[in-house]
Amino acid sequence: MTRLELQSATELGRKIAAREISSRETTQYFLDRVEALNSRIFALNLVDGQRALELSDNIDKRLQAGESLSPLAGVPMAIKDVLCTRGIATTCGSRILNGFVPPYDATAVEKLLSAGLVPIGKSNMDEFAMGGSTENSAYGVTRNPWNLACTPGGSSGGAAAAVAAGLAPISIGTDTGGSVRQPAALCGVCGMKPTYGRISRYGLVAFASSLDQIGPLAHRVEDIASTLQILAGYDQRDSTSLNEPVPEYCKQLDAPIKGLRVGVIREHLEHESLDPEVRAAVERAQLLLEDMGVTMVDVHLPHTKYSVPAYYLIAPCEASSNLARYEGTHYGFRSSAAPQADSPLESMMVNSRSEGFGNEVKRRIMLGTFALSAGYYDAYYKKALRVRRLIAQDYRSAFDKVDVVLGPTTPTPAFKLGEKLDDPVQMYLCDLFTVGANLAGLPGISLPAGQDETGLPLAVQLQAPALDEVQLLNVAYQLQTAGLFQQQVAELS
Amino acid sequence: MHLTTRDVKKVASLAKLAFSESELAHLTQQLGDIVHFVEQLAEVDTDGILEMTHPLDIHSALRADQVNACLPRKDALANSPNSDGEFFLVPPVLGK
Amino acid sequence: MSVPYQVVIGLEVHVQLSTQSKLFCGCPTVFGAESNTQVCPVCLGLPGALPVMNQRAIELAIQTGLALNCEIASVTKWDRKNYFYPDLPKGYQISQFDQPICGEGHLDFPDPENEGESLRVRLIRAHLEEDAGKSMHDEAAGKADSRIDLNRTGTPLLEIVSYPDLRSAVAAKAYLTELRLLLTYLGVSDCNMQEGSLRVDANVNLHIEHNGKTIATPIVEIKNLNSFRAVERALEYESKRQFSQWQQTGAVMGDSPKQTRGWDDAAGVTLPQREKEESADYRYFPDPDLIPLQITDAQLQRAQSAVGETPLMVRRRLQRDHELKAYDADVIASQGRAMVSYFDEALTKGASAKRLSSWMQQDVMRTLNENNWTITEFPIAANKLASLLVAIDDGQLDNSRGKNVFQYFLDRPASDLEEAIKSLGIASVDQAELEQLCRELLAENPKIVAQVKEGNVKGLGALIGPAKKRNPNIDPNLVRTICQQLIDTEF
Ligand SMILES: [Mg+2]
Ligand SMILES: [Zn+2]
Repeated sequence: MTRLELQSATELGRKIAAREISSRETTQYFLDRVEALNSRIFALNLVDGQRALELSDNIDKRLQAGESLSPLAGVPMAIKDVLCTRGIATTCGSRILNGFVPPYDATAVEKLLSAGLVPIGKSNMDEFAMGGSTENSAYGVTRNPWNLACTPGGSSGGAAAAVAAGLAPISIGTDTGGSVRQPAALCGVCGMKPTYGRISRYGLVAFASSLDQIGPLAHRVEDIASTLQILAGYDQRDSTSLNEPVPEYCKQLDAPIKGLRVGVIREHLEHESLDPEVRAAVERAQLLLEDMGVTMVDVHLPHTKYSVPAYYLIAPCEASSNLARYEGTHYGFRSSAAPQADSPLESMMVNSRSEGFGNEVKRRIMLGTFALSAGYYDAYYKKALRVRRLIAQDYRSAFDKVDVVLGPTTPTPAFKLGEKLDDPVQMYLCDLFTVGANLAGLPGISLPAGQDETGLPLAVQLQAPALDEVQLLNVAYQLQTAGLFQQQVAELS
Repeated sequence: MHLTTRDVKKVASLAKLAFSESELAHLTQQLGDIVHFVEQLAEVDTDGILEMTHPLDIHSALRADQVNACLPRKDALANSPNSDGEFFLVPPVLGK
Repeated sequence: MSVPYQVVIGLEVHVQLSTQSKLFCGCPTVFGAESNTQVCPVCLGLPGALPVMNQRAIELAIQTGLALNCEIASVTKWDRKNYFYPDLPKGYQISQFDQPICGEGHLDFPDPENEGESLRVRLIRAHLEEDAGKSMHDEAAGKADSRIDLNRTGTPLLEIVSYPDLRSAVAAKAYLTELRLLLTYLGVSDCNMQEGSLRVDANVNLHIEHNGKTIATPIVEIKNLNSFRAVERALEYESKRQFSQWQQTGAVMGDSPKQTRGWDDAAGVTLPQREKEESADYRYFPDPDLIPLQITDAQLQRAQSAVGETPLMVRRRLQRDHELKAYDADVIASQGRAMVSYFDEALTKGASAKRLSSWMQQDVMRTLNENNWTITEFPIAANKLASLLVAIDDGQLDNSRGKNVFQYFLDRPASDLEEAIKSLGIASVDQAELEQLCRELLAENPKIVAQVKEGNVKGLGALIGPAKKRNPNIDPNLVRTICQQLIDTEF
């Protein structure tokens, strides 16, 4: 039998549309892989095979009836467990949402379903998307398919691992400070964070509202482009959604990039924490671009050093408020501990939150609550928002000179599980190269760029001006086809 | 600033979280490290810089004053940890 | 002043705006629906749901701000006020902190203690916010679970905050009365206090002259004021309580944090509310789900033209253009926009303002009260009332026959003046006939003739009744004049 996991989602979609293979066969194939492999990496925390097959049958029927559907119709995918799925449990990797079944679909989920994609399950994640290792899930740790002792990254670790291990051709993640790009890098797949506001956040359970953005993960850039095509667009249910036309993302993928100007972020490439092999990968990409006639330019993001501190104030501040709704009243987990006699309500809330949230989430709620509280607001939260503007201005100045910028996605390849779990600051520093795009609202993509000497994936990152996903995808596609990497699926068995 | 256990306790009460004494000591140290880390921002000259609350300069979309369908009550209450079919139920504010 | 202190009062008024749907979602705002049936993912605060601002609420807020002489912000934004309560499902209220839609303004209102004078309350701001849901507690035993209804969650409120410019409970009530009148003129709220469309919190303290210095007592916020009467009573009670408290303890402002007390209407007292464990720290910050809103000149102009005439403008117009007394102008204006329209229509149909004003205040309002009607339900149209009053002005019939016509109109809504005059047999009386009638009356009442001759002209009044019995159409004034002449010449 053909190894479907080695094909691109675009190719699978084409075959399904041409009825060379049915959606049901395709879905069954990936469900079988999930059955065989998921327990070893725990990429998915919920699998709904029966519903997936029903959806597949429906697609097959419509194709049989001659309907023309979207290019990815009938292709299986996984949805990060932070997107609301009507009638299907949505936990955000948290005990506090144990048993929560949304009565509505996120706009992104709605769009994927109406484009005919077939969700096979929900992917595991760091609790409320807080973390860079997918160790902070109440339902289990996700492992890196390339090395089971290593983290897949996070918070969309399940999403990245699912694609890397060939459990689903496409998965949908979310990126607040690098949560799509970083696990994509550590698992050797493509992962994109679009411009803030490009994809509706309606139904995306908020971590940090001004930073969160949905993004696709897949093996190939054309799969990313096709998925973005489905997800992008204005949504009147999200006030922060951009009311701008959606270009055709696939059309210009193979346009020549000769004459383009690509900036190399010196502060990223020369950072002391950067692993030499990651640096070498960036330099390989640089050479490939030069071969294609691209002009490489040094650019500077002088406030790079402050992006992680700014991020780790802004995100927790928003999170402390976004997560106030989990107090055991209207949905989710309620503590069964006996309430205090003199204040039953108060103690029910405190017990539910204290038992329902994990350590990292509590740390960030505490940090955000502190930074917003009387006497500290100006020195911490407000200060961070001002630095955020400086960081955005750095990018603006860089993009005055170049079309896209190149750099590493992460300082190092995948690290060992447990290694940074009790050292939050070290864990936060892993986001050094990714948080800037979130703070500034810009699109970025992580591309696989080979393997280190132990066989762990290496990656590079491209970033572009707001709403210039077309250019970003064009350069990414050219790099990929020029041989920056070959599509690979981690062999688990 | 130097974060004390007392500070952390006060924040915990605002955040409706409770910690055991040993958790509290550990958390105070970790939060202290993080606060120390983010205090680097003080080095940055931000005089005259406007706070950036939203990533992009766009203006709010407004919706027309139109009534949409509501959730059926059973769906609204379906996820509730405790309800009587009409209301969400929570323990009383005051005890005996 | 009979008391040795000055009461200082500032009011926070929450007004529910008359929108069809909630502030940030499409759920209806109808009062009295079955519990938890007017809810959706947004107002339930479900994970992932997002707010989108209701345009109509913005328009109504701007109209109100303009009518309250407020500066309207060119950019306004949304902030989160963070606190935990089960009727606040998101754990924060979307409100406005440092850039409210309406800035400083003021409201002039009739001085309840000096007719024709007015008082001014300066306003600090008016901001938009979403309402919370409703918690129903087990009042009796306090042991059963509380029940939460989220129908009201997300209903648009405008919070109008005054400076502490009010100096008596009576003035506070007069300010609220004027504010409510203005809001109903604008149509921005139905201001129904029973349904919670208008809610008042009062901040009050005393300035006491003591040993040549002015001492301020600690500020108390009074909540749970469910009627204007309650506001007045609570403020009166609280002033006295604070004074005796000061006499006992000597505590002044700054000695203790602001206290919150609830008004117990049945007992007629304010009672301390349980203090929260931590002092409130709402951690306001800009709501990242909502982008700041720009208010354009075009929007302002549209709102301005929707404001129309305010009660104050009506009072001034009635006094200036129609020479009504301040009191009369106020009575008409205070009856609401519809009554003023009725009044204006009758004026344009030729009724004289003074006669109209007196008929409105007596006959019309009495009839409305007796039947529990509003002016829009009143069966006599403005032009019909005007035709009656014009006929009286022209001497076609007198005031008392006018009342008969008024009653006829009420009984037969389809009738007109001509029909009424005919049916009631109203006809002008022939001069010779009237003289004959007077002559007969005088002849039958020699005592009255004698009284008049002695200079007691009032005696003639006793003849009016008997004269009317013989002919209901006689004009009493004419009867007096003719009788006087006859006494002078014939008796
Ligand atoms: Mg308020
Ligand atoms: Zn709603």
